[in-house]
Amino acid sequence: MVQFNLPSNSKIKKGQYYKDKTGSKNIRKVNVYRWDPSKNENPRIDTYEVDMDNCSSKVLDILNKIKNEIDPSIAYRRSCAHGVCGSCAMNMNGKNGLACTKSHSELDGDIDIYPLPHLKVLKDLIGDLSTLYKQYESVEPWLKTTKINDKENIQTKEDRAKLDGLYECIMCACCSTSCPSYWWNGEKYLGPAVLLQAYRWIIDSRDEDRKERLKKVADELKLYRCHTILNCTNACPKGLNPAKAIAEIKKMLATA
Amino acid sequence: MSSYKIIDHEYDVVVLGAGGSGLRAAVGLSEAGLKTACVSKVFPTRSHTSAAQGGISAALGNMGEDDWRWHMYDTVKGADWLGDQDSIEYLCKEAPAAVLELEKYGVPFSRTEDGKIYQRPFGGMTKNYGNETVQRTCAAADRTGHAILHTLYGQALKHNTEFFIEYFALDLIMKDGACKGLIAWNLNDGTIHRFRSHITIIATGGYGKVYYSATSAHTCTGDGNAMVLRAGLPLQDMEFVQFHPTGIYGHGTLISEGVRGEGGYLVNSKGERFMERYAPKAKDLASRDVVSRSIAVEINEGRGIGKEQDHVHLHIDHLDPKVIEERLPGISEASKLFANVDVTKEPIPVVPTVHYNMGGIPTNYKAEVLTVNGSEKTVPGLMAIGEAACVSVHGANRLGSNSLIDLVVFGRAAAKRAAELIKPGMKHDEIDKSETDRCLDRFDKLRNSQGSNPTSELRLSMQKTMQSKCAVFRSEKTLKEGVDEIRKPFESMESLSVKDKSLIFNTDLVETLEFDNLIRQAITTMDSAYHRKESRGAHAREDFPKRDDENYMQHTLSWCNGSKTKINYRPVHRSTLTNDVQYFPPQERVY
Repeated sequence: MVQFNLPSNSKIKKGQYYKDKTGSKNIRKVNVYRWDPSKNENPRIDTYEVDMDNCSSKVLDILNKIKNEIDPSIAYRRSCAHGVCGSCAMNMNGKNGLACTKSHSELDGDIDIYPLPHLKVLKDLIGDLSTLYKQYESVEPWLKTTKINDKENIQTKEDRAKLDGLYECIMCACCSTSCPSYWWNGEKYLGPAVLLQAYRWIIDSRDEDRKERLKKVADELKLYRCHTILNCTNACPKGLNPAKAIAEIKKMLATA
Repeated sequence: MSSYKIIDHEYDVVVLGAGGSGLRAAVGLSEAGLKTACVSKVFPTRSHTSAAQGGISAALGNMGEDDWRWHMYDTVKGADWLGDQDSIEYLCKEAPAAVLELEKYGVPFSRTEDGKIYQRPFGGMTKNYGNETVQRTCAAADRTGHAILHTLYGQALKHNTEFFIEYFALDLIMKDGACKGLIAWNLNDGTIHRFRSHITIIATGGYGKVYYSATSAHTCTGDGNAMVLRAGLPLQDMEFVQFHPTGIYGHGTLISEGVRGEGGYLVNSKGERFMERYAPKAKDLASRDVVSRSIAVEINEGRGIGKEQDHVHLHIDHLDPKVIEERLPGISEASKLFANVDVTKEPIPVVPTVHYNMGGIPTNYKAEVLTVNGSEKTVPGLMAIGEAACVSVHGANRLGSNSLIDLVVFGRAAAKRAAELIKPGMKHDEIDKSETDRCLDRFDKLRNSQGSNPTSELRLSMQKTMQSKCAVFRSEKTLKEGVDEIRKPFESMESLSVKDKSLIFNTDLVETLEFDNLIRQAITTMDSAYHRKESRGAHAREDFPKRDDENYMQHTLSWCNGSKTKINYRPVHRSTLTNDVQYFPPQERVY
């Protein structure tokens, strides 16, 4: 019978252990996935003892503390630090989220920090999002209108309200990388993040390309690989509902 | 020096930075048929424009009568007469068209009952030359920057702009005083890229991270500003650092001025609405420098809130929860996350927090960089826009919602000017190898630092010095101490420690390069502040409490070579661009 195993260079090894040097009585163990592309080594898990008496409340604060005080070589993306830029998406204790908005007090026991699942890892916690970005581009995320004048489009409050819950997406990829269907068919299935963005333009009353946009996503792989698992909605750190957006697209196609 | 793999590119124009201004410029350049590269150290939608909340100003008049001349007057007054009125006229006159263009691009603006773009009141924005509050700030709930940034990225995709993402820019390539492109490090694979271009547009944003507590992102390190300093060119008005009145206490997260625009107000420990005393007319909607100073005075005089009496409260719990849900959803979320406050029931603890740099790379209203030896002459091949630039439209203090409009108006102006100056496909000059060597020497030296001082320690020391010596209130004593102290972390770079020597996503080295950029701006900021012996806008000197138009109605220029600075001045433009509006002569500034 066929045996399925990880390739040997993907097996995660035990890494370094960084003991606390501050003498703190309030220590938390933080396990971080490490992989350096410039070394010919397997990925490893490094463990850091972190002094929680002098650490602010979010997981990103822990990472910054490790980088500033213990190990400057650890690599992760971060920018705004308050949940609007989407840089620091990662997997914390098994769940995707933004490190800058996730309170470590909500995580039980030792803290395990991994890159977003099922992405090619570039280094440590930095995943390769280029496929997702290309898919985003493919839904043509711009307003299509033939009205050329110097006046604003009129949009009723009700029509504008249809964009709520959609335009807030920060493209952190927490949803898509938590979706088993996207893990399996990530090259072809657009995934929840991109489909939510597609719906944001489909439903914009100012856009004149609705039919074409619907036709473009109406594809067995691009759209219908969604099997309503709902991991996406569960993962979204902004409280959005990509699964509902996907369902709305399917509904529009079914009733068109 | 190690040998680096260098990859060459030729473009008509290179835009450095992919925030609001960089993207708007890139769109315009692509439309004009110019071969354009947009280089950014982060994916475009991660840029800090995404954090702008309250809105974008433009005298559309959707919510009552308005006039761009009133907007201009407010901006001149907000700037405490340090702004160049020709540039301010251009900004305010072009603003309505720029916002309508954004709407056409697809920005999901909030709407009025009749379906037009919703506009809210904002600090310092008035009707009829200072008479009463006007609703001028166009909003997409309280996520206006996010909405604009994502829309502009979509437009750039539509126009097939070529992006170089997660490339960290190192230095400009200069030849005989002209800019010929830039050199960047590709974090994805560790290669060095040399971009030759006829015009380089710097759109790298502000440098808030020189301070300990700032609303700025970790990436706000003013990399373009530092590249300009290293090219031997000056920065302008660096002493003018805006403290936003309402950063969340202890965390620094921004709470939009839109909150006060929608009716929120500040109280001290005695429960007093203290802004009534400082700004009897505008109250909580006075301009930001005024509100920040008022909070600082309340705290200094013992009327602060909390165990340490070191902050004040911002109330919106009297507002209709429906209004909060519709117009201020983002700040409700942030208050919950970072202050554990339910804004419908409790006040938000806030404190003035570093937010914006009025200073930056001096330019004219066409975005062309000044200045050769402090003159009005432009630097060939170099432009700057957005927060990195000092046009100067914000002068000594920027009005809320004037930054987003600055991004799009001058992003567009830069593209227009570039299309006038060059034609697609012009031949590129030969560049002497010495420029590349000089750049890579610095890179290699920092990369191979084997000393004992970690970058994070030097950065912290710089941030603490800026925070304590160059704060809301300044004096000869604090600034003199600051001028000495801020040089220490610079000198400590002699024994710098960089642990990671790799080239792919070496964020240890990125932070070190960013620190090298920050410290030069910290030094110029401190020195510029020390030399300005008056109070104007955001620069408040306890020992010189009055504005001194006779001696200081001038822009500060500061050059920086190592830790040595040279300070000089150039006059503020005292005329308008056209006869559509009269020059506003200096007045006493009261709100």
